[in-house]
Amino acid sequence: MLSSDFSARVNSTFPPAPATLEEAMAYNLKINGTAHSVDVDDDTPLLWVIRDVLGMTGTKFGCGAALCGACTVHIDGVATRSCITTVDSIGDSAITTIEAIGETPQGAALQKAWLDLEVVQCGYCQSGQLMSAAALLTETPKPTDEDINSAMSGNVCRCGTYQRIRAAIKQAAEA
Amino acid sequence: MDTLNLNEPTSGSSTSRRTFLKGGGLLLGFALLGGTTTSVFAANSAQVTEDEVKAPFAPNGFIRIDPKGTVTLVMPMVEMGQGTYTSLAMLLAEELEVDLDQVQVQHAPPNDALYANSILHIQSTGLSSSVRAFWTPLRQAGAVGRTLLIAAAAKEWGTEPATCKAAHGVVTDGSGSKHLSYGELAEAASKLPVPAADSVKLKEPKDFTLIGTPAKRVDTPMKVDGRAVYGIDTKVPGMKVAAIAISPVFGGKVKTVDEKAALAVKGVHQVVKIDEAVAVVADHLGAAKKGLEAAAIEWDDGPHATVNSADIIKELEEKSKQPGAVARNEGDAEKALGSAAQRIDAIYQVPFLAHATMEPMNCMVHMQKDSCDIWVGTQVPTLTQMFVAGVTGFPKEAIRIHNHLLGGGFGRRLEPDGTVLAVKIAKHVNGPVKVVWSREEDIQHDMYRPYYYDRMSAGLDGDGKPVAWTHRIAGSSIFARYVPQLFVNGLDPDAVEAAAEPPYALPNIHVDYVQVEPPGVPTAFWRGVGPTHNVFVVESFMDELAHAAKQDPVAYRKALLANNPRALGVLTLAAEKAGWGTPLPDGQGRGVSVAFIFGSYVAQVAEVEVGTDGAVKVNRIVCGLDCGMSVNPDTIEAQIEGGSIFGLTAALHGAITIKDGRVEQSNFDNYLPMRIDEVPVVETHLIKSAEAPGGIGEVPTSIVSAAVTNAIFAATGKRVRTLPVDPEMLKSSS
Repeated sequence: MLSSDFSARVNSTFPPAPATLEEAMAYNLKINGTAHSVDVDDDTPLLWVIRDVLGMTGTKFGCGAALCGACTVHIDGVATRSCITTVDSIGDSAITTIEAIGETPQGAALQKAWLDLEVVQCGYCQSGQLMSAAALLTETPKPTDEDINSAMSGNVCRCGTYQRIRAAIKQAAEA
Repeated sequence: MDTLNLNEPTSGSSTSRRTFLKGGGLLLGFALLGGTTTSVFAANSAQVTEDEVKAPFAPNGFIRIDPKGTVTLVMPMVEMGQGTYTSLAMLLAEELEVDLDQVQVQHAPPNDALYANSILHIQSTGLSSSVRAFWTPLRQAGAVGRTLLIAAAAKEWGTEPATCKAAHGVVTDGSGSKHLSYGELAEAASKLPVPAADSVKLKEPKDFTLIGTPAKRVDTPMKVDGRAVYGIDTKVPGMKVAAIAISPVFGGKVKTVDEKAALAVKGVHQVVKIDEAVAVVADHLGAAKKGLEAAAIEWDDGPHATVNSADIIKELEEKSKQPGAVARNEGDAEKALGSAAQRIDAIYQVPFLAHATMEPMNCMVHMQKDSCDIWVGTQVPTLTQMFVAGVTGFPKEAIRIHNHLLGGGFGRRLEPDGTVLAVKIAKHVNGPVKVVWSREEDIQHDMYRPYYYDRMSAGLDGDGKPVAWTHRIAGSSIFARYVPQLFVNGLDPDAVEAAAEPPYALPNIHVDYVQVEPPGVPTAFWRGVGPTHNVFVVESFMDELAHAAKQDPVAYRKALLANNPRALGVLTLAAEKAGWGTPLPDGQGRGVSVAFIFGSYVAQVAEVEVGTDGAVKVNRIVCGLDCGMSVNPDTIEAQIEGGSIFGLTAALHGAITIKDGRVEQSNFDNYLPMRIDEVPVVETHLIKSAEAPGGIGEVPTSIVSAAVTNAIFAATGKRVRTLPVDPEMLKSSS
C-alpha cells in the first residue's frame, strides 16, 4: 500500500546501523567526507557496502569484474572500480562517489558540460563515466584524444554516448 | 527545478490516486479509440476524486493542471534513454502553450485501458513507436486544455474567447492589459463544457515554438549526480537482497545445494530453491554472492544438454531448403530467375544476440497475503502485471507495479521473465526482496535475438538491372510466442519486416519465411527487430548486385529508387555529405545502405579501414535521415549516434553461441561492447519534412551493419555474409 509518505520512507537511511556488539569489528570508511562504520566480511566489495549497506545508489553495478566501469569511485582521487575493491583494502583512504563529485571543480565542470551537450541517454553508466572523467581532468587538465581514450575506455556505455562524452570532457577542460 | 518527479507514488492504488489528485484544478485525459482516433475528457480534479467510481470516463487522466499552474503529465511510455519523456512532454506543451519546464513528468501506473500505445495496443514502449503513437492524441489533449483555459478567462472578463491569447501558461485578453495564469484558471476551466477533440484547431507546423527545437531533456539533471532511481536502486524498509543462479543449461533444474555452507556466510539469511534457480537472500549483495558461491549448486541439465550452435545452424540450413510462408509474391520470380542474363545466389547469416543492458536484470517483490508490490523497470507494465497474476493467482488490481527509469531496454525489458522469477523467489521470503542478476546470469539467461539464415537469389538483365528477387528467411518466430494472434499461417510479420517491402522497384519478387525454433534457446525482440536482420541482408545483397552489374553502388540504388523520392532524398544526402566517389587511401573503403523502416527513411555511408591483420576500424558514419517532422532534433541526433554504435557493436563483435546447452559468453570480456577508443564519428543530416513523425530509436541500429560490411567489400573485395565480421577472413594473406 503506497501512500503519500512513501517518498519519505524511501529517503530514510536503510538498513539501520549495525548492532552495537559487532561494531568493534566494523570497518570505518570515509565517504564524501562522512565517516561510516560498516560490519561486513573483509572481502566484501566496496560497491555493495556503498549501495546496499549505506544505501547510496548513485554508484552502479554493471559487471562485477572491472570490465565496464559503472561502479567507478575515487579512492584518494584515483578512479577505482569498487566492484572488485574489497573493503579491507581501503584503510584510511578518502572515498568520493558520484553524489559528491559536483563539489570538486572538475566534477562540477563535467556535470555542466554533460548537461550542456545532453550526453546522457539511459544514464545508467554515466555516474561511472563522470567519475572516470573527473579523475582524468584532475590528473590531466587538458587531455588529448589519446588521453581520453586511455582514461575512458574502461567505461562501457551501451547507449553509445561516447561521441558526446568526448566532446563534453573537452568542453569541461576548457572551462 | 527537476521536471521529472519520480518521488510521488503513481501506483494504481486509490490511495495514491487521491494523493495525486488532491487540491482540485483541471484534469485532462484522453482515450484512444480504435487505435487511431482520440477523445479528450476534462474535469475538475477534486470532483474526479469524489466521483471516481461513477465518473463517465476513467479518472486517472494523463494531465493535470493544479491551482499553482504546475502541469503534470503522467507518462504512459517508459524512459530508457530514448528521450521520450521529453519528446512527449513537448507535444503537450506545444499545444497547451506552456513552457517545457512547467511540465512535470511522472511514470504511469499499469493500465491498458488508459495508457495503451495506439500502435501496439497495449501499454508498451517498443517498435520506435512513442512519438508516432502520441503525436496526435497529446497535441489534441493540449489543445483542448488550452481552449478550456482561454474560455475560462474570457468568461471571467466577459469577452469573446477568440480575442484572447495563451502563451507561457498565461491567458491575455485582446487589449493585452488583462492576464490570468493557468493556475488561476484551472478550477474554472474544469467546470466548462469540453469541446470535441477533433473540433479544436491544432497549430500549423510553421507556428511551432517547441516542436522542432532542441529541447533539454527532463531526465538529464538527475542522471549526472547519482539521484536517478532505476529499478535496481529501489529501497524500502525491511528489504533484503538476493543473488541468483539459474540452471546454466536451458531448461535444467536444481539438483543439490549446500544450504548450510551458504547460510554460514555472514549476512546471509536464507537460501531459496525453486525448480530452475537458487537464490541466496542476504543483507547485501556482497554476502548474497558469496553465499551463492558457497552453495556449490549441482544441476540436473535436462533435455537440452547437447544443444550446440553448429546443430542449430545445420537445421536452419536444411529447413531453409523448403518453401515457407509467403510474405510477398509479385510477378513470377522463379521464371524471371530462369531467364535472367545473370544469376546471383548468396546465403546470409546473423547470430543470436544478447541485449546486455547496462543495468542488469533485477526486480524487487514484496509478497503479501492477498497482494504484492513489484518494483522494476519495464517496457511492458501491464503485461508484467498479467504474468504476475498468473504465478500468484492474484487479481491484477492486487499487483502494484512501481515502474522506474530503465538502465537500457533494447527490447530486453519487453519480457517479464525476470519479474516472474523474482516473484517465484519472493513467495518464499518474508518481506520485500530485491533479486539482482549478475552480469553472467544476465548474458547467459537473456532471451536472444534469433539466429537467422537467409537464402537470396536475384536475376539481372543484360543491363545489370534486377528482374528477379527471392529472399527466404529461416529462424525463430518471436511473434508465435509473444503475439500469437498475429502469427497467421506460419508467417511472422517481424521476421520478414523490411525484407518483404524493400524500398526498390523490383518487378518479380518472392519473399517467404520458414519457422525453425532452436531447442531450448529463448528468443525475443532486440533493438531494431526484423529490420536489424533484414536490412543487413537486403542491403548487402543489393550491393552484390551492383557489383555484379559493374555499377557504382549509389548510382545502382538510385536507379531503382526513381519512384521513391524520400528514399532517394536520404541516399543522395548521405552520399553527398560523405563525399561519395572521392578517393580514399589503400585499405579503406566506403559502403552505403538505405531503407524505409519504422516510418522513417534513412541512408548511411560508412568509411572503414581494414588492416593487414583483418582488423576493421570504422572511421566515420554519415547518416541522411528523413523521419518526417522532428520533435526534438537533438534527441534524434543522439539516437542516430548511439543507435549506430549499438548496431555496429553487434556487427563487429556480437555473437551468442551455444555449447552443450549453455551460452558460452558471460561478461564484457567475451561479449564485447564497443568502447570510446573504437567508435567512429557519427554525423547526422536531417531532411526537413512536414510529414508526420517516423520512429527513430531503432532506425540507425538497423541500417549501420550493411553500410559497414559494404565498405569492407569496397576496401578489401571480400564480402561479409555472416555476422559478426570475422577478421580472420579479412586478413590480407587469406
